[in-house]
Amino acid sequence: MFWLRRAGIALAVVLGLIGLELALEALLIEYAQRILLLAGINVILAVSLNLINGTTGQFSIGHAGFMAIGAYTAAVVGTELAPGIEGVLGPGLLASAIIFNLALLTGALLAGAAGVAVGAPSLRLRGDYLAVVTLGFGEIIRILFNNAEFLGAATGYFGDRPAGLPPYTSFFWVLGWAILVVLGIRNLTFSQIGRSLIAIREDEVAAEAMATPSTRLKVLAFSLSAACAGIAGGLFAHMQAGVRPEDFRFEKSIDMIVMIIIGGLGSISGAVVGGVFVAVTLELMRDLQEYRLVLYALLLIVIMLVRPKGLFGDRELSDIVRARLTRPEASK
Amino acid sequence: MSSLVLENVSKVFGGLHAVKRVTFEVPKGTIFGLIGPNGAGKTTLFNLITGVYAPDGGRIVFDGREITGLSPPQIAARGIARTFQNIRLFRSMTVEENVMVAGHHLHQASLLDAVLRTPAQALDEARLVKRARELLEIMGLEAHARDVAGSLPYGVQRRLEAARALMLRPKILLLDEPAAGLNSREAKGLEALIRFLRDELELSIVLVEHNMAVVMSVCEVVHVVDHGETIAHGSPEQVRRDPAVLAAYLGTAREESA
Amino acid sequence: MSLSQLLQQILNGLSLGSIYALIALGYTMVYGILKLINFAHGEVFMVGAYAGYFAALGLGVDQAASGGGFPLHLAALALALAMGSAALLGMAIEYLAYRPVRNAPRLTPLITAIGVSLFLQNAALLAFSPNPRPYPPILRELRYEVGGVIVTNVKLAIFAVAIALMLLLRWFVQSTWTGKAMRAVATNVDAARLMGIDVNRIIRVTFAVGSALAAAGGILFGLDQIMINPSMGVLTGLKAFVAAVLGGIGNIQGAVVGGLLIGLAEQLTAGYISPDYRDAITFLILILILMLRPQGLFGLVRPEKV
Repeated sequence: MFWLRRAGIALAVVLGLIGLELALEALLIEYAQRILLLAGINVILAVSLNLINGTTGQFSIGHAGFMAIGAYTAAVVGTELAPGIEGVLGPGLLASAIIFNLALLTGALLAGAAGVAVGAPSLRLRGDYLAVVTLGFGEIIRILFNNAEFLGAATGYFGDRPAGLPPYTSFFWVLGWAILVVLGIRNLTFSQIGRSLIAIREDEVAAEAMATPSTRLKVLAFSLSAACAGIAGGLFAHMQAGVRPEDFRFEKSIDMIVMIIIGGLGSISGAVVGGVFVAVTLELMRDLQEYRLVLYALLLIVIMLVRPKGLFGDRELSDIVRARLTRPEASK
Repeated sequence: MSSLVLENVSKVFGGLHAVKRVTFEVPKGTIFGLIGPNGAGKTTLFNLITGVYAPDGGRIVFDGREITGLSPPQIAARGIARTFQNIRLFRSMTVEENVMVAGHHLHQASLLDAVLRTPAQALDEARLVKRARELLEIMGLEAHARDVAGSLPYGVQRRLEAARALMLRPKILLLDEPAAGLNSREAKGLEALIRFLRDELELSIVLVEHNMAVVMSVCEVVHVVDHGETIAHGSPEQVRRDPAVLAAYLGTAREESA
Repeated sequence: MSLSQLLQQILNGLSLGSIYALIALGYTMVYGILKLINFAHGEVFMVGAYAGYFAALGLGVDQAASGGGFPLHLAALALALAMGSAALLGMAIEYLAYRPVRNAPRLTPLITAIGVSLFLQNAALLAFSPNPRPYPPILRELRYEVGGVIVTNVKLAIFAVAIALMLLLRWFVQSTWTGKAMRAVATNVDAARLMGIDVNRIIRVTFAVGSALAAAGGILFGLDQIMINPSMGVLTGLKAFVAAVLGGIGNIQGAVVGGLLIGLAEQLTAGYISPDYRDAITFLILILILMLRPQGLFGLVRPEKV
């Protein structure tokens, strides 16, 4: 009964997304479409980074590396699988859907594995040291891709078609995956696992004294977060002709940090808002990169000075709305 | 039969012997006092027992199994719970949530259950809430269940720390200065609570405490340390009259004033 | 793979490492006092390089080059001006961005530092244009060959200036009252305050000294690598930070040794493995150090009080 109802909701959402896809493609100009797609991808990045930086309080600033792993893996897997699957099913929506999602999932898997590889040794380090190590790993990953001849090195990987990677990325897939990631992480955050992660953030010593397996949970959160960044990477890759190492420099990790700081570390709603904000400013200020980054820099500094908790602090939109609605009347 | 045994436990911090070959046994169901002047190493002993530090020498055995060198979560899972000298609550979480965190043995839903929010997950949460509420009731905190821990008054926070520790379903409870900041009426309440925990929940209790009235009243055995070493062990009456103990607490003032 | 090639690489590595050491000193001193990674320090290095560039130009280095060469006292003046401006910048950063959040939870100053770094970098990109500029000919290049190894006067200048500054720093920290106060504050802030030390002033001085050294490093870098650009602080700053960690962050001798080691590692990797991995080796060293010996070569382990 439970699953039947769930399936019904899922079907309704799928139909809704199809409708949305058709509407958006018809109504919006190319420019706006791109912003929306980037916003959706950013939401996935922000909400997943928030899981480790905000909820668990472990500051990682090299997440662009995991996005890169997801991007390259998805691109390669998609390219390799396409001939086989299209041979059986013929080119078309079904084949694309299967190829794309298999590619994304493989990218997520590899990114998640990388998350374990990076997280397991690093997560016993203290705050600022952890930050620097994750930065180091992020850079190493990028340098490796930059020197990998079989992946196109600095020029990038463009698949085996003359036009580049097939443009699988669409509103349907971006929004669909964004919904899945946001819901999944939300459910996780409000479970015993999520509670344990927050406990680790608040006081790791006390959490361990209460039998919380903190190292195991930290690595889990880290690798989940990396896997989701991998999905975002795969979605990002198939919006472009190819995957290039320079898309995943430290600046990308900084963008992700700005996303979660604006909304408030620990708030999922905040991460969504932050993700949209960065996508919008990225596109609107495409030719004014330095000004955009100056804006981000000032935002980071000012937020830390004035309202370090960000827009939502560690509360959710639903908490704030509920608090407003149940506020006792001033005088009765 | 003893639940907790320390054998020649030592700990050195960069040349300073914080704890030096300390040996004692806590028999099952005992209320055991650990006292000594400030800096004597009492909290360090707690940290050694709970795995925060690994001993540099000696061994620690609990319930017949060696726990020397195990990590804090492993030791907590074996049934050793503690409170902290400077209350360590999860300040941004509610009272109820603070207690639920310690409910790992009740938590059976998997990661997938959590992410998909399956009925198994809902059952999990219900179980945790139910048990947490029970403990809050025992500690008289049910009215505060939804309050944020960081906003509570001091005495309430102390009781919350105890409730949280009890959620571990422990066999032994280590209390680090539970009477600090309590007036004499509250201290009497604490004594009653300690006896209740031992009698009703079948716990052994180890108490680090400076409030001598509480120690004398509620402890059955007292172990005295000074400068990391054992200087006395026995019933409260014996220890109170031990000249070594008096010297440790009062220092050499007597000789100087002569 | 000849001996003279090896010696050349070692020489180049040591000169590069001296520059890293100068920058690493700033990181290590600030961390020792505030337990803060001053992410913006790399940008101070970059600003110092540009300050030296403009100072030299302002003092007429272009005209001098065609004449008999830039007089030494003007070169020293350019250096002093650059170091002075960097010191002012460092103090301004401390006062405006770090001091207000000094008592906030650890994460806040870290984010602020990232913000300041980002700001300086992009402000410089806007002010100076992203195009690399060649450093003015402050020193007329002289090359000597010793046993197959080429030694330029630039390399000699790097060693001379770096050693002089480090000796100066050593004297300052060991013998002057302010230097001793700095060591006191790094050991125990509260005790230092109780002894009547103006902690705020000491912190300011620390930032000023560290920034001045970084600026010197910037000028030497410009002399050595010729091309400067506003993004030069990012990678070099990171490498210098790794050097500080390698030596034991908070430890002054450590910063010097770490800097030299990183310079050597980078140069030898570029020469004998591949120039593509010269940057990666530093990150690898960072990871290895933090995994195996997080306190660095000269650092002490400090157990956390529970």
